[in-house]
Amino acid sequence: MNELMQQLKQQIIDQLNLQDIKPDAIGDDTTLFGEGLGLDSIDALELIVLLQQQYGLKLANSEDGPKVFKTVRTIAEYIQAHKG
Amino acid sequence: MSAQDLHITSYVRIGQQGIACNGLAWHSFEPGAPLPDALAAAYRALEPAYPKFFKMDLLSKLGWLGVEALKANGWQPGAYEPASVAMVVANSHASNDADLNYWESTRQVPSPALFVYTLPNIVLGEISIRNGWKGEQAFLIQDAFDATQLLEYVEAVMATGETEVCIAGWLDVWKGTADGFLVVIEKTKTGTALPLSAAQLMNLYKEEIWK
Repeated sequence: MNELMQQLKQQIIDQLNLQDIKPDAIGDDTTLFGEGLGLDSIDALELIVLLQQQYGLKLANSEDGPKVFKTVRTIAEYIQAHKG
Repeated sequence: MSAQDLHITSYVRIGQQGIACNGLAWHSFEPGAPLPDALAAAYRALEPAYPKFFKMDLLSKLGWLGVEALKANGWQPGAYEPASVAMVVANSHASNDADLNYWESTRQVPSPALFVYTLPNIVLGEISIRNGWKGEQAFLIQDAFDATQLLEYVEAVMATGETEVCIAGWLDVWKGTADGFLVVIEKTKTGTALPLSAAQLMNLYKEEIWK
């Protein structure tokens, strides 16, 4: 789980072009949207692309997005639960 | 409103070798540096703490840096009401650079972050968001820098009710090459202001800083 979260942090930085942020600066439970990392709606779409490209996963229900993409930990938990 | 009543109070030129403001070299690019790296280095030199810069396409980065350079070199837009700041900019390659990047991404999963830059006038939106400006805007596509047509648009925009200042010029990116030129056109004449004319715009556009 820890290894997956570290990997996710680097992938998020690369996918969203967060060039001035180091992986260590993103906490496992840091809120990604709003006051946390400050991501926006386009970033949300890019996270969906990341899941699809890197893990072959598609969100079955778009209403799950806010819950799945809340933190790095929630994304990792979603990947672990749905990756075959 | 005619050009006689208007003045060029600041200008910036961004070319292959760096950024020049008001006729003086201000930031030199690393020789041979690819355009994305050169623009990123200029951003870091400004230290503006605006991480959204890295998400922009090259055209938006070029225009955004141009306006930041104008402000860093003495132009103070703070006194203007947001709706009184207009922008009229032209280029010859529209958003082709961003269009191609997006098209490449469609071979796998189309990138929403690239798609949002597939219009040339997005650069004006990025500048507006940064500075809170809400004035008139136009983005023209020309074969080459056409100072006469640009001036006609500027005169028309400056004649509209609320407009007090217009940022005008040329922002073009294509195949790793950037060609940027922005002037600040104001109704109030400052000590170092230049008279506005099509010939003056063309002279400043062609001005050689790095011999």
